[in-house]
Amino acid sequence: MRGCVRNSKALAPTMFPRLLFDRWGSLLGRRGLASAGEPHPTPLPSQARVVICGGGIVGSSVAYHLAKLGWKDVVLLEQGRLGAGTTRLCAGIVSTAKHIPIESKMADYSNTLYLQLEQETGVKTGYVKTGSLCLAQNQDRFISLKRLASRLKVLGIRCDVITPKQVAELHPLVNIHDLVGAVHVPGDAVVSPPDVNHALVVAAAKNGVQIHEHTSVNHVMVQKGHVTGVETDRGTIDCDYFVNCAGQWAYELGLSTEDPVSVPVHACEHFYLLTKPLEQPLQPHTPVVMDLDGRIYVRAWQGGVLSGGFEKNPKPIFTEGRSQLEIQGMQEDWDHFEPMLSALLRRMPSLDSCEIHQLINWPESFTPDMRCIMGETQTVHGYFVLGGMNSSGLSFAGGGGRYLAEWMTYGYPSENVWPLDVKRFGTLQSSRTFLRHRVMEVMPLLYELKVPRWDFQTGRQLRTSPLYDRLDTQGARWMEKHGFERAKYFVPSGKDLLALDQSKTFYKPDWFDIVGAEVKCCKEAVCVVDMSSFTKFELSSSGDQALELLQRLCANDLDVPVGHIVHTGMLNQRGGYENDCSVVRLSKNRFFIISPSDQQVHCWSWIKQHMPSDSQLQLEDVTWKYTALNVIGPRAMDVLSELSYVPLTPDHFPSLFCKEMSVGYANGIRVMSMTHTGEPGFMLYIPIEYALHVYNEVMSVGQKYGIRNSGYYALRSLRIEKFFAFWGQDLDAFTTPLECGREFRVKFDKGTEFIGREALLQQRQVGVRRRFIMFLLEDHNTELDLWPWWGEPIYRNEEPVGVTSSSAYSYTLERHVCLGFVKPPQTDPGAPTVVTADFINRGEYEVEIGGHRYPAKAKLYPFSSLFAQQRRRKDDMELSSFQGK
Amino acid sequence: MPVPSRIFTTAIRNGEIRKLGTCIFHSHNRNLCCSLPPHSLKTLHALLKTASPMTLGSGRSIKDNPLWYIKTQSYRTTSQQYYNLTPPQVNSILKANEYRFKVPEFDGKNVSSILGFDSSQLPANAPIEDRRSVATCLQTRGMLFGVFDGHAGCACAQAVSERLFYYIAVSLLPHETLLEIENAVENGRAILPILQWHKHPNDYFSKEASKLYFNSLRTYWQELIDLNTGEHPDTQEALINAFKRLDNDISLEAQVGDPNSFLNYWVLRVAFSGATACVAHIDGADIQVANTGDGRAVLGVQEEDGSWTAVTLSNDHNAQNEDEIKRIRSQHPKNEEKTVVKQDRLLGLLMPFRAFGDVKFKWSIELQKMVLESGPDQLNENEHTKFIPPNYHTPPYLTAKPEVIHHSLRPQDKFLVLGTDGLWETMHRQEVVRVVGEYLTGVHLQQPISVGGYKVTLGQMQGLLMERRARISSVFEDQNAATHLIRHAVGNNEFGVVDHERLCKMLSLPEELARMYRDDITIIVVQFNSHVIGAQSKPGGGD
Repeated sequence: MRGCVRNSKALAPTMFPRLLFDRWGSLLGRRGLASAGEPHPTPLPSQARVVICGGGIVGSSVAYHLAKLGWKDVVLLEQGRLGAGTTRLCAGIVSTAKHIPIESKMADYSNTLYLQLEQETGVKTGYVKTGSLCLAQNQDRFISLKRLASRLKVLGIRCDVITPKQVAELHPLVNIHDLVGAVHVPGDAVVSPPDVNHALVVAAAKNGVQIHEHTSVNHVMVQKGHVTGVETDRGTIDCDYFVNCAGQWAYELGLSTEDPVSVPVHACEHFYLLTKPLEQPLQPHTPVVMDLDGRIYVRAWQGGVLSGGFEKNPKPIFTEGRSQLEIQGMQEDWDHFEPMLSALLRRMPSLDSCEIHQLINWPESFTPDMRCIMGETQTVHGYFVLGGMNSSGLSFAGGGGRYLAEWMTYGYPSENVWPLDVKRFGTLQSSRTFLRHRVMEVMPLLYELKVPRWDFQTGRQLRTSPLYDRLDTQGARWMEKHGFERAKYFVPSGKDLLALDQSKTFYKPDWFDIVGAEVKCCKEAVCVVDMSSFTKFELSSSGDQALELLQRLCANDLDVPVGHIVHTGMLNQRGGYENDCSVVRLSKNRFFIISPSDQQVHCWSWIKQHMPSDSQLQLEDVTWKYTALNVIGPRAMDVLSELSYVPLTPDHFPSLFCKEMSVGYANGIRVMSMTHTGEPGFMLYIPIEYALHVYNEVMSVGQKYGIRNSGYYALRSLRIEKFFAFWGQDLDAFTTPLECGREFRVKFDKGTEFIGREALLQQRQVGVRRRFIMFLLEDHNTELDLWPWWGEPIYRNEEPVGVTSSSAYSYTLERHVCLGFVKPPQTDPGAPTVVTADFINRGEYEVEIGGHRYPAKAKLYPFSSLFAQQRRRKDDMELSSFQGK
Repeated sequence: MPVPSRIFTTAIRNGEIRKLGTCIFHSHNRNLCCSLPPHSLKTLHALLKTASPMTLGSGRSIKDNPLWYIKTQSYRTTSQQYYNLTPPQVNSILKANEYRFKVPEFDGKNVSSILGFDSSQLPANAPIEDRRSVATCLQTRGMLFGVFDGHAGCACAQAVSERLFYYIAVSLLPHETLLEIENAVENGRAILPILQWHKHPNDYFSKEASKLYFNSLRTYWQELIDLNTGEHPDTQEALINAFKRLDNDISLEAQVGDPNSFLNYWVLRVAFSGATACVAHIDGADIQVANTGDGRAVLGVQEEDGSWTAVTLSNDHNAQNEDEIKRIRSQHPKNEEKTVVKQDRLLGLLMPFRAFGDVKFKWSIELQKMVLESGPDQLNENEHTKFIPPNYHTPPYLTAKPEVIHHSLRPQDKFLVLGTDGLWETMHRQEVVRVVGEYLTGVHLQQPISVGGYKVTLGQMQGLLMERRARISSVFEDQNAATHLIRHAVGNNEFGVVDHERLCKMLSLPEELARMYRDDITIIVVQFNSHVIGAQSKPGGGD
């Protein structure tokens, strides 16, 4: 771990483009690349192991890494010429200042790869280590940059928080009078993307990859849910794997299959300006400037500058799908570029007299959540995707290609890439209208200041609970998860709504008291939370096939009496969580599986993958059939028993039990004695047509118990103070139950060899190398200090040992609670690699927020005092928690 | 001439005085006064500081004209408060009545030559006396657009705006359809819908009279059924018949009366007030404009060089039209030659020479007296209803028969502007077409900039772009071509550019004064689909 200078801080969440550096100084008319001098010189092979579609930098990187990992029989197809699409015109900036850590890691790897590529292949790549500067024009931006710097440092990427004056020393043209600070990443670089592309192809070809230009993929053939080959305009190739790296055509290519594959990408026009050389030519090693508040980036280009940006009003294109040829016809649009030109001249006033060389317009593809798309699709086995680079293709291509090659080789990459996994999307994100509207929001968002818990504004109200309108009129403020609207909190009438909706801060948010009141009500009276977004499956069979399957998939023992609820992980071979769910045994051979909202596609695919093809065994997605209401709080019992005339005291209805009963007039409601926060209460799974009735009944009966609506922010605070981990945020495919204190949910001796058992047994023997810890911030002023949100570095005895995965203010403990994994630093070869209770307890901990470190107390176990009452069954203490951020 | 004084004289000339003659039939409950109160004259001065007393004096006969009146109720002189309208306030006034409708290019049966229309209204009278109507014919093809300018109250304009399109639609229906409709009514079945209206929420239909209107309409189609000629109705004839028939029905309904006292009073108010009508029927490339009175239809034609030319598709029926004067004189004995048109007015009173209603100029004196005597008291309380026009010897002096002009649309015909005289009095038709044309195409017309091989610095380019941006932004203030036109009509300075200060003053005039400076303005802008018209007008492509 290097360069953690005391005052050095960090960068901002942003994404960056790249540049074209052409040996002949011309942007157009570049000749095709080597392997196919003449069109179609070599016939296509009739079969191959892997066919990669797309000869841009992404496809080339996948080919390169597959060859490196020893794959033979890899064929790369390109409809035009190699590197002639977006790659040809991209700006050539390799930047590690990205929104989420996995993206920074990918960019960091790409940087290392491109650096050595020239040596490896002998092809000049135009690599220049320029460094990059992210500028802040205001304090909020500066905070976000400092938070970025903290994150990069933990990843081992050097990065310094600097003053405006230092910016002026690093860059001769930057006007600093309106800057409050900046972040300098010295390791960032610029390259010539077509040359990097060429080098990757040359290296891949050397390792046996066959490359065919002017070959279009028309159709991907599938049999029994598995790729069997591709039809091209030059013949058919049989293959086992297909990789869709078709860039902005990936969506359409995905549809050219028997079982259409959903690749939610949509292109927007992107503009950048090239100038002629300055009078005093700009040196090639001048740092790249990212003026985020001005929405522009600037790099040196042939003595002049290259500058583009991410405007507020992007122009989406190819919504209806077009041909490759149309890219040639894309027009310069100076009127559209005006705001970016003005921003450039404001940042670098001396460019005023500089002459224009050209305004370039080319398409970039964007995704619904601003993150790229990677992995095997859920509909077709052997069909892999890498794309949707959100105009950071060059920065991500190296790392993305590597992860995808690892994925194809080992079944999963060496890092947790769930945030990028194609399975985070379903067909619900495939509507062209949705994509068109969403990418118009995503593109400007790349450079926009993002405060904690921002939400997308477009493409909303797609999936809603039947209670949506009801809750909305009662002041609900909404966030979206997997297309589903969920209430964050309820604004009491009389509050200034406008001010609340506009508040954006890294400090104490305006909803603090609102959520506090909801938490109090959950603790002291009773609240109702609509949790309908949960993924709900039913698994049933004629015999005991369903039980057998679940026993193999789940670490916990599912062979429980009918009516029992079991919290369990579904683990992979490494013992890591593929899913964390609650399973209800409805009858002997029928199970109800409740998973987090964004597991809808992933969990389905995981179960299907391990399900024997047996017509007697059926899996059904019943998410849409049920509205889920969480009645939470000490008086929940009173409310429900009034509505059902059934005693609901713990004696009659022990915890983690499920009964079908009537609530009000409605019969057949699945009432479960569990909550996802550890408070006493019930989950009601209500067939949707009864939802409004049950809700109304609960609210009217609950009135005398002080019932009110509550949202996810309150739940989040409640679950974090109880040290509950959440899949997708705290738990991932690289985390085992032993690492997060959930050994009691693993039944090694249940008599079935469940997936991951071997790995867990071994881990139990050796000990865990990382441990999920709860931190209580000390000396932190909730009113005045920056709040922790997530991703803050954790220091133990001055050494970085991890980052927080989630955090919240605990209204009960009256302080901030952060959750995160701690791993002993590997700087010292003699240091222990296994985390013991002793190791945890003997450390002095600090959490770094925006460059400032706050002392923190580490705890391995939750406060038992927080668990109010009625502990009936042993594992009541550790209830699963699904609620999102 | 200094700008404000020009406004003033224009307003006087165009506004109040020209309708003086007709004002006498103005509905009863308004206070009348025979001369301008001195304090309001003072206010005029205050409002238009630079307007000299000389100019005021030359605004002929404000004080002298015994028929001059303005409303005086709730009059306030705190004029300062009207001055400070912010741009958003100005916009909310201008946009209050705007409406926009987009026609689907292909509705499943036919392609439409009409892209859509924008309409807007700015009142000067309170309540406004203009009306507008737009409807799609459902049983035949084509769309109907109309603007109606009422005088002596809004009753007649209201009735015509509700009824005229039904009369036109029925006149256009083939015999079989008429039979089908009649059978449906006879047997109490649901009737085929005849029109689909495109109304702004402020455009209302009166519920009370609908039964009465329906019965009259039914009588009309029953007669059409009996008259069956076996021929497909000719559009031009249909329009003329519809106009005449409706006016006839208005007249008859007033003579017959109605047992319901409200309706009885209403039909009399309709008949004793008046309205002009300018109606366009557009079907494919065929456009027929039927005009009665001084509304006007103007076509916006884009020349090959991109400039705009106005082609008028209607003739004004007023004293400025020689043919109209000749027509009227020829219809009356020689000894009336001097009196029938006097001071540019019909019988020295009425400005438009054709109109609906206005039975004062149509009925015999005996009939007028008889109807008034048997009519409700409210009618008789009003002195002016009893007033018989001077030199009234050989009625009728007035007709509702329209003049119909046909035009075949060409690809260069981009839009049609229908407007009441409130628009045409303030803006020349050429100017109107230019403003609308530039509004509709303005943004696209700006050629994209291309650097090409020229030497351009970043600073020069930025300057150029900022200038282009400023030009566009004024156009972007309006989302409606008709509203944009009103903004110009009311706010234009001598350079043809909207002057915000002037716009503010004109819009902040108190209700009582507004009518002196401007008339009600009603505008419909119909946009054509040049591609469709181009395809239809190709040889063999159309009919």
